[in-house]
Amino acid sequence: MNGEELTEQETALYDRQIRVWGADAQRRLSKSHILVYGMKGTAAEFCKNIVLAGVGSLTLVDDGAVTEDALSSNFLILPDENVCAEKTVAELCCNSLKVFNPMVRVSVEKGDLSSFGGDFFDRFDVVIVSCCTLMTKKSINEKCRKLSKRVAFYTVDCRNSCGEIFVDLQKHIYTKKKLDENNQPTTVECELQYPSFQESISVPWRTLPRRVSKLYFAMRVIERFEEAEGRNPGEISIEDLPAVLKLKKEICEAQSMNESHIPNALMERLVMGRREFPPVCAIIGGILGQEVIKAISGKGDPLQNFFFFDAMDGKGVIENISYPSLCN
Amino acid sequence: MASLHHANVVKGATVLMVGAGGIGCELLKTLALSGFQDIHIIDMDTIEVSNLNRQFLFRQSHVGQSKAKVARDAVLRFRPHISITPYHANVKDSNFNVDFFKQFSVVLNGLDNLDARRHVNRLCLAAEVPLVESGTTGFLGQVTVHVKGKTECYECQPKPAPKTYPVCTITSTPSKFVHCIVWAKDLLFAKFFGDKNQENDLNVRSSDASNSSEHAEDVFERRNNEDIEQYGRRIYDHVFGYNIEVALSNEETWKNCTRPKPIYSGDVLPENLNHQNGNVDKSRATDDLSSVSSMASLGLKNPQDVWSLTENSRVFLESLKLFFASREKEIGNLSFDKDDQLAVEFVTAAANIRAASFGIPLHSLFEAKGIAGNIVHAVATTNAIVAGLIVIEAIKVLERDTDNYRMTYCLEHPSRKMLLMPVEPFEPNKSCCVCSKSPLSLEINTHRSKLRDFVEKIVKAKLGMNFPLIMHESKLLYEVGDDLEDDMIANYTANLEKVLSELPSSVTGGTMLTVEDLQQEFTCNIYIKHREEFDEEKEPDGMVLSGWTRAPDKKDDNKSVGNGGSTSKASPTEAQKAVELDEISEGTEISGKKRKRPEVSTNETNNHNEVQKVDVVDDEDDELVMLDHWDTDNKKKRLQ
Ligand SMILES: [Zn+2]
Repeated sequence: MNGEELTEQETALYDRQIRVWGADAQRRLSKSHILVYGMKGTAAEFCKNIVLAGVGSLTLVDDGAVTEDALSSNFLILPDENVCAEKTVAELCCNSLKVFNPMVRVSVEKGDLSSFGGDFFDRFDVVIVSCCTLMTKKSINEKCRKLSKRVAFYTVDCRNSCGEIFVDLQKHIYTKKKLDENNQPTTVECELQYPSFQESISVPWRTLPRRVSKLYFAMRVIERFEEAEGRNPGEISIEDLPAVLKLKKEICEAQSMNESHIPNALMERLVMGRREFPPVCAIIGGILGQEVIKAISGKGDPLQNFFFFDAMDGKGVIENISYPSLCN
Repeated sequence: MASLHHANVVKGATVLMVGAGGIGCELLKTLALSGFQDIHIIDMDTIEVSNLNRQFLFRQSHVGQSKAKVARDAVLRFRPHISITPYHANVKDSNFNVDFFKQFSVVLNGLDNLDARRHVNRLCLAAEVPLVESGTTGFLGQVTVHVKGKTECYECQPKPAPKTYPVCTITSTPSKFVHCIVWAKDLLFAKFFGDKNQENDLNVRSSDASNSSEHAEDVFERRNNEDIEQYGRRIYDHVFGYNIEVALSNEETWKNCTRPKPIYSGDVLPENLNHQNGNVDKSRATDDLSSVSSMASLGLKNPQDVWSLTENSRVFLESLKLFFASREKEIGNLSFDKDDQLAVEFVTAAANIRAASFGIPLHSLFEAKGIAGNIVHAVATTNAIVAGLIVIEAIKVLERDTDNYRMTYCLEHPSRKMLLMPVEPFEPNKSCCVCSKSPLSLEINTHRSKLRDFVEKIVKAKLGMNFPLIMHESKLLYEVGDDLEDDMIANYTANLEKVLSELPSSVTGGTMLTVEDLQQEFTCNIYIKHREEFDEEKEPDGMVLSGWTRAPDKKDDNKSVGNGGSTSKASPTEAQKAVELDEISEGTEISGKKRKRPEVSTNETNNHNEVQKVDVVDDEDDELVMLDHWDTDNKKKRLQ
């Protein structure tokens, strides 16, 4: 690392977390630039975590207006501001986040992220997209991958009491602690190779291990449904269930997978829950925060490459969905 | 989850949160967002700067204010129409009694210390209110559910006693940096700046060895007209030089240990420092505790740097000088405080000089402060995750969804692909003296131990009672309370000084004592076994409580694991470590055992932790992870 030291103020504020990840990681964090697109409850949780952690800057993109839905799980939007509703969701969140940590620059970028060119993404070290279409996910992921520097890419979604994180760190080099042959702790360097979102979701289902989280499949069905129907993300309700189940059947047939593998009850829960369940936002936003800190600091095993949480069974599971050649 | 049918139980619930710190801030936010409308929150703490990195409801401008009150105001800004009742108070206060607890549908703990956790556990049992308990350290966390009669209580699994080090390890044969810190903080710092009259092994040692008590008696006294630098150097040479020489002369000690080397100030520092440092005595003299710093006056900037022996020696002398120059009034009644910069500097330097003498690697002030102050590693993300898990369990508890209660571990390294691992709760432990009223037995010398020893070491320290009442058959031997008659108080005070066998109702081998805490509504029967002798090193209390508390041999196990945490052959798996995690927590008050955890977790390297104790019930659709029942589990731990 370059020799710049943390200021006295930083050391005092970040004391407890420096004890977790070290001063070196804290310095890297303070130089990192994060972009977040789509400000619902899970993204709000993530932003809080990363602002507290002390990143260099955070840029928010969400031109949406404040609605009941937006308010339901987003603690960054204060209802009284809602009255003077000239502001976008991103602007309101930005105002709240700024005061969480004066050492982090929080700003808003307006516009449709999927229309932004590569130059725009080049300004960031980490790009997170939430609540966006399959198309948008793929295209932003590809733009990040074309840049000369590594930009870590994440998608995060929460539907009802289920959450999903996708991670693409491209080629990630990091260090971790290990015991050597004499049982003494040492630091070793590791390297991981990640598939893109497109590559990941095109892995044939039948080639995946039987125990892969059912949520993985269920989320892909919903994604495909919204795309086929031209819906905005989350623009789905219980009336859509028959059509969703029909699509599920078709996809399962095409993938040579028994359709009972994706329970209808699970599909029903995902279709019904346009609102996020706040405890799940906190959990998913927390895991995502930790992963982004790992990616920036280059310390510790990052998750590879999907994470799922379902409040119903309480499990938080990592799934590696990639072609066998990419697995290591 | 997240469906309409539980909206009603959430709206109708009255929730008590204990703790508005790291977990508490996250929890209050998530409860409010999840639709809870009547939340009470107790916290006795005020806001500090080092809270701000994770306790996101607080700002710099709130430093010094009540956590409970500021947290309430912050959450009301985004949920103005709910009711949040803050109490800036200690949960152990007598007004938080069983009746108080009975008004709640569920109690949620985000506490930082074992004592308060045990206290709340008892009140919840007595009031028959379900409890969701939690703890985090670094990236590790856990959430457990305690419902009377359905699941184990918080105390069903005995909590290990705070780690103590054998006296001789601290005074004569330190092998780890923590030993040097304990020596510097509890012996040297206390000797210099604390109550001079207190017994102190530092003195005992040197006088024992030298046999010239006169010399040892006043060595720490500053002589009349003694220059402060002279004084500092004299102490330095005595403690790091002379005392080591004396110790070396006892060959017996060094048979199996590396011999330390004495260090004299003249070896590491030039003769006269004053001229080099300029005049610092008066220029920095101010009443502000934090502004007096030897690092500042010596131009040492980065607390993360590891200082050389020379630098440590300078800091040692400089801190001593500054204490006498700027804070002379406090000398004699100071106790170590991790937020007292000068105290931390003094302890860091002294520990490092001692470490150098014993060939132990030196540490930075930042690290030394963490060890000396028992500072817990804490990040916002783990607290947020744990808060989410608490709310999920709280909703299940409100829905009486007993079959789906889970305890959940947040792991740093995945186990069976899981970062969040739910486990079925254990049944109540039938031999738990707290929830199953199972009696305990106490080995004690009834002719030598006083009632006071019993009250301090067993009733308060081990059983965690605040307002104890001790009975033998129908005779009251001791009682604490606000409304006692004067003659009763005199009577009890007299009893405290009596040995057990000479109490008005003689307590001897075979006696059954009843100990009760009226506030906690917790009663415990203790069967007394008389025993003549106790091992001073292994049983320093001079009494051994068993039945429910961990047997003393377990403590030895801990010691042997101590060196480096995971270097023992049977390195604990992530899940096992998580199982022990409830001792570790947000906040600053932790026992020594807790401090061991972060060491283990940073050394944790094994990426494929196979969870030996975990059986997976491999049903087609819904796999469920189960841990062994607690008593087999305990046996396994003991076997390691
Ligand atoms: Zn119990």
